[in-house]
This record gives sequence, C-alpha cells and structure tokens, in this order.
Amino acid sequence: MFDKKELEKIKHGRKDWEKNCYLPHKKRHPERSKKFENLSWNEIKNLYTPGDIAHLDYIKDIGFPGEYPYLRGIHPTKYRGRLWTFRQFSGFGSAEETNRRYKYLLGHGETGLSVAFDYPTLYGYDADHPLARGEFGKCGVAVSSLKDMEILFSEIPIDKVTTSMTINGPAAIVWAFYIANAENRKIDRRIIGGTIQNDILKEYIAQKSFIFPPEPSMRLIVDTFEFGYKEVPRWNTISISGYHIREAGSTAVQELAFTVGDGVEYVKWAMKRGLNIDDFASRLSFFFNAHNDFFEEIAKYRAARRIWAKELKKLGAKKPRSLLMRFHTQTAGCSLTAQQPEINITRVTLQALAAVLGGTQSLHTNSMDEALALPSEKAVRIALRTQQIIAEESGVTGTVDPLGGSYYIEWLTDKMEEETYQYWDRVEKLGGVLPALEKGFYQREIAEAAYRYQKEIDENKRIIVGVNDYKMDEPIEIPILKMDEKGEERQINRLKKLRKDRNNTKVEKNLNALRKAAKSEANLMPFILDCVHSYATLGETCQVLRDVFGEYVEPAIY
Amino acid sequence: MKDISSKVLEGDPRAIARLITLAENNDPVAASAMKDIHPHTGHAHVIGITGVMGSGKSTLISELTRVYRKQGKKVGIVAIDPTSPFSGGALLGDRIRMMELAMDEGVFIRSLGTRGMLGGLASAVYDVVEIFDASGKDVIFVETVGVGQAEVDIIKIADTTLVVMVPGLGDSIQTLKAGIMEIADIYVVNKADREGVEQTMAEVQSLVDISCSDKARKIPILQTVSKEKKGIVELVDEIEKHKKLLEKTKKFEAHRRIRYEAELVEIIRKRLMNLVFDESKFKDKVESLIDKISCKEVDPYTAADEILGKILK
Amino acid sequence: MERRIRVLVAKPGLDGHDRGAKIVARALRDAGMEVIYTGLHQTAEMIVETAIQEDVDVVGLSLLSGAHMTLFIDVTKLLKEKGMEDVLVVGGGIIPEEDAPKLKKAGVAGVFGPGTHCGDIVDFIKKNVKR
Repeated sequence: MFDKKELEKIKHGRKDWEKNCYLPHKKRHPERSKKFENLSWNEIKNLYTPGDIAHLDYIKDIGFPGEYPYLRGIHPTKYRGRLWTFRQFSGFGSAEETNRRYKYLLGHGETGLSVAFDYPTLYGYDADHPLARGEFGKCGVAVSSLKDMEILFSEIPIDKVTTSMTINGPAAIVWAFYIANAENRKIDRRIIGGTIQNDILKEYIAQKSFIFPPEPSMRLIVDTFEFGYKEVPRWNTISISGYHIREAGSTAVQELAFTVGDGVEYVKWAMKRGLNIDDFASRLSFFFNAHNDFFEEIAKYRAARRIWAKELKKLGAKKPRSLLMRFHTQTAGCSLTAQQPEINITRVTLQALAAVLGGTQSLHTNSMDEALALPSEKAVRIALRTQQIIAEESGVTGTVDPLGGSYYIEWLTDKMEEETYQYWDRVEKLGGVLPALEKGFYQREIAEAAYRYQKEIDENKRIIVGVNDYKMDEPIEIPILKMDEKGEERQINRLKKLRKDRNNTKVEKNLNALRKAAKSEANLMPFILDCVHSYATLGETCQVLRDVFGEYVEPAIY
Repeated sequence: MKDISSKVLEGDPRAIARLITLAENNDPVAASAMKDIHPHTGHAHVIGITGVMGSGKSTLISELTRVYRKQGKKVGIVAIDPTSPFSGGALLGDRIRMMELAMDEGVFIRSLGTRGMLGGLASAVYDVVEIFDASGKDVIFVETVGVGQAEVDIIKIADTTLVVMVPGLGDSIQTLKAGIMEIADIYVVNKADREGVEQTMAEVQSLVDISCSDKARKIPILQTVSKEKKGIVELVDEIEKHKKLLEKTKKFEAHRRIRYEAELVEIIRKRLMNLVFDESKFKDKVESLIDKISCKEVDPYTAADEILGKILK
Repeated sequence: MERRIRVLVAKPGLDGHDRGAKIVARALRDAGMEVIYTGLHQTAEMIVETAIQEDVDVVGLSLLSGAHMTLFIDVTKLLKEKGMEDVLVVGGGIIPEEDAPKLKKAGVAGVFGPGTHCGDIVDFIKKNVKR
C-alpha cells in the first residue's frame, strides 16, 4: 500500500525513534505494565506505523464502502444516509406491562422494537407448565398464545416499525404468532419487517435455550429461511449471534470466529436442502457484542464484514446483496457491575461508540441497573439517550468508517481475520461444526477463556472499577424495577379461558396435521400457522414437535 | 455402629451415602460398620467400564441401567474422576451425563475422586462396591477414569470388564495394545454411527483374533450408539452371557478372590500410610528421618528398615 | 488429609446461564474441594436427591433469571424436610441486595452477587461448613 522507499525511510525512522526517544524515556519512566494485551490476549505494540500494514492493498483488501469486500461498510453513505436503529431489547411480566414499556420507548425516540421473552416461553412452555414455576415474566415477557401477542402489540404500528424477537428453540412458532397477529389486523405479511433470532447453533454453544437435537432444529431453521424469502420477504429469518458466546466468556476472536463460522454452516445447510443462495442469503443477519476493548471491537466488526463477503462469494453467491453482513449490536451485559451502578452508563457509552464506529445497523444499549434487575424506566431512558447523544452530538456520523486507514485498526482487523481462519482450521480437523460441537470444542474454549479472565480479576491483574479497585461501601440507591405480582395469575387465567373458548376440535386437527408434517419433509411453517391461528398454545404446539423430534441433552463440558 | 450398618442393609440412601463418606475418609466408625455388612455381600454383579475420554461411558452406563431397571434390578453406579495432584480437589463430572436417572429410586449414583491413587480407581471403590452390594444392588457399574497404559486396576474389582472405544481413534488402538486392550471381557465400539467405524471394528477384530486364538472364549465386539439407544439390549445380553459363564466355570469365585485380595492390600496400605505419615506417634520420627536423608546422614533403605522395624514391634 | 469438602453446584429452574457456575466449580476444585456439577434444568427434588447420594457438605445454587426467591427456597425447604439442615447452602447470580436477608432467613447462608471474588466463596465455605 505504500511506496517501498517511503517504507524503508519509516522503518529506519522508527528504529531511530526507539533508540533515541522511546527507550531512553522508558528507562526513566517505566511503562505501567511489561505487556499490554487486548481481551483476546493478543499483545498490543507501543506504536503502529505504515510498516505494520504494508502488505495490504487498499483496493483489494480495504476498498470502498458499499463495494466488495465491504470492509469499510455495506452502504456507501452509512450514517450520513440513515442512522442505526435504536432498538432496546425489552420485556418483562405480562404482555400488558411490556406493551406499556414499548409505547414508552417508542415515545422517547426508539426506532425499532426488540422482544425479550421469559424462560418458560424461551423453552416452549406455557405459563402454567410445572417447569415454569417461579419463572413467569422474570427475565422477559410471557407469551403463551396468539392472544398474548395481540396484547403485546396492541396499538403499536407493526406495519411501520420493525420488531426483533429473541427466540430460538420455538422461534418458528413465535414468528407464526407475530405473522398471525399482523394478518388478523389486516396487515399483509409481505410488508411486515423484523427479525427472529432463530440461531440454534449458538444455543448449543452458549445460551443453552435449545429444545430439539441439532438435525431437526436445522430443518426447522431452513424451513423458516424458505418460508421467509417466499412469503415474508422483508423479514430477517435469522440473527446469527456472537453476543451470547461472548457473554459466556469467549474472547473477541472466538466471538468472531465461532459466529461467522455458524453463519457459513447455516448457508451450507440451506444449500444442501436445495435452496438457491441468492434467494435467502440477503435475509441472514448477525448480532454481535460490544465489549470493553474499544479498538478490538471496532476491528472485529470490520473483519466480520470482510470475512462474510469472502465466504459467501466462495459459496457461489452472485448478487451483491447476498454478500452484505448486516448486524445488530448489544453492549456487553457481563461487563456491568452491581457496585456503583451509575458508572455502568460510562461503560455502555464507550461500548456503544465502538459499535457505531464499527458500523452497526442497529444497537441496544444496556441500562445501568442491569447487574441487579431488569431496567427501570429511568435507566432505560438514559440508555436510549446515550445512543441519541452519539448520533446527534458526537460528530462521528459525518464520515464513513472514520477509523479506516489507522495503522493499528487495519493491523488488528487483519490479525483477527487471520486468527478466525486458524480457528476454522481446527474446527475442520474435528470434522466440522456439528462434530466439533458434539466433542465440546467450543464449550471448552469458552470455559477456558472465562476462567482465565476471572482469575485475572481475582488476582488483580485486570482492574474492574468498583469491584477490585476504586471500591466504596455505599448502599445502592437506584430504583429497581418492580413487577406486577398479579401478572402470573392473570396469565394463567387467560390461558384457562383461551383453552375453553376456542374451537378445540380445530386445534386438535391442526396439531395432528403438524405432527404428521413433522414426520415428513414438508415445510412446517404453514402447519404451525394453522395451529397458531386456531389458538393452539405455544406449549401445545411445541409439545408436538418435542414428541416427534425429541429433546436435546447437552454434553457436559466445564 | 449397628445403627448405620442396619440402615445400609435396609437400603436407606442417606445411610449408604454417609457410610461411603466415612469409609472414604478412613473414619474408624466405618471399619466397624464395614465389618457388619461384609457377610451380606457377594450377590451383586460388578461391571467395570473403562475407555478413552469422550467414548461415551457415562451415557452408555445410563442406557444399560435403563434396561436393567426394566428388568426390575437395582443398580448402583460408581463414577470415578481424577483428583488434581496440585490442589487435591476434583471436578466430578460423570453424574451430569446420567441426569435422567436422578429420580429413579432404584438407582444410586456416587462420584469419587481418585485422591492420588493410580490405576484408574479410587481407594474407596472397594468399600463402595461392598456397601452397594450389601444394600441390595443387583448390578454395580464402576466407571473409571479415562484410559491409558496404567488405568487397568478395574480388573481387580470387576466381574465383567467392558472396554469402550470410539471410531476415528485408529492410532490409539495401536498404542493401547498393551494394557487396556488386554483386560476386556467385552469390547464396545460406541458412537458407531461415526465415520471410521469399519476400520475400528477391523482393528479390534484382528486384536481379538490374535489374543484369543488359543482361548475357549472369543471376546465379543459390540457396536452401540448410546445416544440413540442402539445396541444396548444386545450388550446387556452379552453381559449376562458372560455372567452365566462365570457362574458355570466357577470363575466368579476366582474373580471375587482377586477383589478381596486387592481390597485387603488397599486396607493394609491405607492403614500403614496413615500410621506412618499421619499419626503423631511415628510422624515426628518420620520427619526427622527425612531430614537425615536430605543431609545424607542416612540412606532411604535404612530409614525404611527403621520405621518398619518400629511398626512390626 | 483424606477429608475433602464436597460441594454440589446446581442450576435450578430453566436458567441457562452457566458461565458463573462453571467458574465457581473450577475455583472450588482449585481450592481442594470435590465438586459435583449438576448441569442445567434441575428441580429441587433432583438437587436434594443428588445431595443425598453424594453426601455433600455444601449445596451451591446459581441463578440469573430472577426466580431465586421461589427456587432457592424450594431447595432449602426440601433439605429441611429431609433432615439435612447440616448441609451448608449458598447461592449466587443476579440477586438484588434486598432479597438477601429473606434468603438468609430461609436457610441460604451466603448470597454472592455479581462482582464476587471467587476466593470469598472459598473462604466462606471453609469457615462455615457445618460437618
């Protein structure tokens, strides 16, 4: 990328600088640490110069935004054209309470919705299932039927605003609730937009809210890809996620490698079924974490874009739209502290800024109280304002990929891409993604990284402000969200009434049709939609699939 | 301690668990209770399961247990994991793979750390087998630590030993030739739906052909896919066949003898070690002898003579 | 030194976040304890049954889904019914400070929220183990 003679001059210049300026100074004023490492334990040098990125070709490796390899962005105008979506992940208690929170957020400038479901819903159980005991509404909203979905989105313009739903095991069914609700409101399925997370691989690796074993789960996912591009074309049928992998303790490089690797696996599965890559690839989306090491995160997002474009090209995608990696980002929940919770606002700001400088299409900022409970109104409002300040006041949106060309950032981007391919080699040697999963490869890598990180904190080698340094003893004085105690009872009564009032013969017929279809190779979405329209519950529909597909038991890896 | 031993004989889970702990910790109460229960042992069929890490031993045991339970048999499972030589602690992680059996009253699972013992077993395993036996278990599975050249002590305790392999570990079978591969009464190739199963079968078969060329019984090789419950019933049949053979040829008694010998050796070893290194009577003497060895005032053999002499007095 | 402290690390309910439980399990192992990890999706019955069979000295409960008031207390109640009050019960995860006193009253001797140093859990167990 640089003139050879210039590079020689710079190389010599650097040597002189080190000898005459840097080292003498360092002798008198030692550096704070023998080694500086980022969160993937890669050593960071004291200074980066053109010499570090001399091997790169601007046109081939870096390029222009909106053009292959999309390193600098997938849109030529980026935030000059359109800001990222302010999309706060949200949900608790019953559908009524969450509906109020959505209206609050939209009223305060949120531009996209994101649904958090409670554990019973995530596992495909109705609110009155024995395993749901004590879990109702605690970490998200409880949705057991189409009725709940109707209440959840009551008076919300789902024809104008897009909705992301964090649901995996029963994703197809919950998506069906959303589609059915839209249709009941006379909104055409062709115009509704949104995302279902629907990423089962990372469930096995990290989040653990899986239901069925890998093969039937993948079948269901490809069913949704197919149904999506044919019937619900504005919908992202998957959000291939690294967020949870990172939260489980992985490094940034692992997050990148495992996530994009999962993405490639999904594409291969869909192609194996006979789907044309250019039909579904543009509706695949991604979801990354925004953790603490500012520059590493930015490099990570850039590397992700370039790797994805390269891989999809290799797999035979011809349309430019198929090569674009669109992603949502959430700031790192695991980095927040219960101690001195207000300072979490600062953490989130830095993390959000990294996501923006990395070119995210959509962003969730955590609230300061999230190490303690679900966000209160005030806390989530401040989190939203954080995004709005970055958008309106910081000036970073005026140019595309502002950090492009930084010697450090380009070097780090390249390094992370290189290490990603090294991980992929290891996975290949183990037989591929599913065999590696079964052998516990990912889980082991993550557990090791998590333990190493925690040890550094316990040994004070890594400082977490307020936790192992800058501590203070003060009572926590921020308002903690309280939920409606009657919510669970209300939900259970609603379920009872629903089961009584609906046409149970129809429900039975539809569930049986689903059962038959599940044993065949038919696309299950239309059958699921029939069940859902007749008010079969989430639990009932899921149970049919449980009966046919079986349940997954994970290999225990520490 | 009539109390705890009679409860064990009744099959009371808390008493069983507590006695195992006491035995593991060399509590004097344990010795007395073990004396009480010994006459009630000798009925259970002890099945040893060994094999490489990742061969699916725990899942296999889980599935075998299910079949035995359907037959109305009571099952005890001892799962052994390595104790860290540095910290003395252990992650006992086999039980997690047998979670579905957790609420079955007829199944008792106990996890043990090796606590420094080599050979793949834990020192207390003999006690656990006796306790399980006396409390009415019909079948006792002993799952050992991983596998290697040295982890073969399972044959000292098991009536029937299963060696479990997985396809795709072709090289390992070559390296495993001596030791582990020789102790099997039955070979099991688990995860038999994986690539490389034909090769693995062929290698094991050639091993069997060579080692059993002059023997009456050819060691059977079975394929299983424990996750899908395939081949399990056939494996149980093969185990039962082996048991009948032991009964017929009176080999059961011979096996039992080996076990009791090993158990006796272990009890004596523990007592001796305890006496010499833990009890204050000799401990100081031992410490001073070690100091003397360090400054070359005395050699280790003479020191040993001195200690043993004192004990035998 | 034959006696080891035996600890059961359990994940009650549907919560799938096991990063903390696994880290604590390793830290306890490194501190010389024998640790049995139950895995996910345990009911109170399963946890107590395991505690009985493994004759543990400590039961550690990990929960990040907010259902601790119901699920932790299910476990302590059942332990009490079975006459196992000599087992030390500790809990960790996302537990607001204001819930800790109620949990303590119900039998959870130590509550370890976010930011806990693993060493503190080890020390607490060593100091408070009842058997």
